[in-house]
Amino acid sequence: MRQSNSEQFSQQATPNEAVITLRNLKKSFGIKEVLSDLCMDLYKGENLVVLGKSGSGKSVSIKCMVGLLTQDAGSLRIFEQEVKDLSEQGLRELRIKTGFLFQSAALYDSMTVEQNLEFPLTRVLKLNNKADIRQRTEEVLDSVGLLDAIDKMPSDLSGGMRKRVGLARTLILKPEIMLYDEPTTGLDPITSREISELMLQMQKKYQTSSIIITHDMACAKITSDRILVLDKGVFVAEGTYEQLENGPDELVRSFFK
Amino acid sequence: MVFAISKRRFNQPIRSSACHIRQYPNCDFLLQISGFSHSLFHYMNNLLPESWRTQLASAGDQVVFLGTFSRNILRPGFEWNEFLRQCYTVGYKSFTLVGITGFILGFVLTLQSEPTMKAFGAESFVPSMVSISVIREIGPVIIALICAGKIASSIGAELGSMKVSEQIDAMEVSGANPIQYLVVTRVLACIVMIPLLTLMADALALFGGFAASNISNKMTFTLYFSKAFSVLSFTDLIPAVVKTVFFGFAIGFVGCYKGYNSDRGTESVGVAANSAVVAASLWIIVLDAIAVQLTSVFAYN
Repeated sequence: MRQSNSEQFSQQATPNEAVITLRNLKKSFGIKEVLSDLCMDLYKGENLVVLGKSGSGKSVSIKCMVGLLTQDAGSLRIFEQEVKDLSEQGLRELRIKTGFLFQSAALYDSMTVEQNLEFPLTRVLKLNNKADIRQRTEEVLDSVGLLDAIDKMPSDLSGGMRKRVGLARTLILKPEIMLYDEPTTGLDPITSREISELMLQMQKKYQTSSIIITHDMACAKITSDRILVLDKGVFVAEGTYEQLENGPDELVRSFFK
Repeated sequence: MVFAISKRRFNQPIRSSACHIRQYPNCDFLLQISGFSHSLFHYMNNLLPESWRTQLASAGDQVVFLGTFSRNILRPGFEWNEFLRQCYTVGYKSFTLVGITGFILGFVLTLQSEPTMKAFGAESFVPSMVSISVIREIGPVIIALICAGKIASSIGAELGSMKVSEQIDAMEVSGANPIQYLVVTRVLACIVMIPLLTLMADALALFGGFAASNISNKMTFTLYFSKAFSVLSFTDLIPAVVKTVFFGFAIGFVGCYKGYNSDRGTESVGVAANSAVVAASLWIIVLDAIAVQLTSVFAYN
């Protein structure tokens, strides 16, 4: 039976501590209510996949987490800090610990791949040592398998390569939480699987906790420890991939067809 | 009211005025005043037509953007490399357009005014008339309008496309400061380069005037320039240069504001570029009218 109260998705007993906590989160644009009563926890070290139809509020929820949008009501705590109460400096420090991979990868198109990766190191971590910057850049590019593309411009890269560089640019700051906004959208199935496996590898290597927004079931199957299904601004189902695939809810099962 | 209805799209999370007030002891009275002013604002807001409210909201946004820009100018970590790159883009890459415009400006002005001046037997005053009109008024305004078309539109389109492709959001969520990197550098580059471009165009306009004078008459280089400079003083040059600083600010600021606040979608990039040119041109004309009034009172009289 379809669950109506999303509060229950934050009540699951777990031995791990919650790094992100959402309680009764509401967000509207004009008269359209996008998030109506969102409650959830992200636990340390887990990969949480959020499934939902387009326009169900998936991207809005993670944009609230990094302060790109501000909720109308409710509580959003990351590392025990209420995001909307943070000062400008506090928000900046939180963002360093929270990596965000955009759907389009959002590479700076006037810079080379190397400059894209150097940007957060010099502007955010304020590193000056060129050898150290170069070493970090090469290390993270090597880990996503794109060391050869270090001097290329973003316009010279394929969709999958852009996603890899975007991932590398996010991981270079060694975030504790990763937020992925539809990481495999627009990619062919083979590249999509490669990106999903890469996300899993990076999660193990950098010990991150992740929220992955997607409607790509192959990606969800590879990456998820737990799945939440979002519909009309509330979570309507929770479980592992197998549990939801064989569950009774028609809307949830429709994602697996 | 302009502040009150601004949409606050920038870095800081939105907090209500009541939230700020609660940190003070014995705040009940302040909360009552805050509640009253909120009610008054909503009452007045409902009286205004929709188009006025939109205009006021836009004005409020620009004031907030100006405040954000001002706070970031003196913040540590000024982006010198990006500033120099923007000076190169704004200044050097406009060199040809501004140079040709300046030369033709002086050339055409001389050709057009010479027959009339000749009819009054005042042909020898043409160099003086050209130098005064170009340096005081036509040079700064025409060059600023040309730069509004070239630079404000390019800044608006560049930042607009960065906004649409989420590059500005990516900068922000990485913990970097996009205002300092993108806006401060571009506005300051315009403030520095527009006066220099105008001075260069003024000089070339005088050469253009000299070339035009030599088509119909023979006038030596020394005679032409001694006549042109004889009527000029620093009270002509300094107010003209000072107003180009404000023109530069208008071009950079409006371009950045329109681009940075463009909506999502590719169409908004074109809208940002177009509205940047229109708004910057309007700012230039209005600023010029104010500058002329001020210089008439304080400099020429």
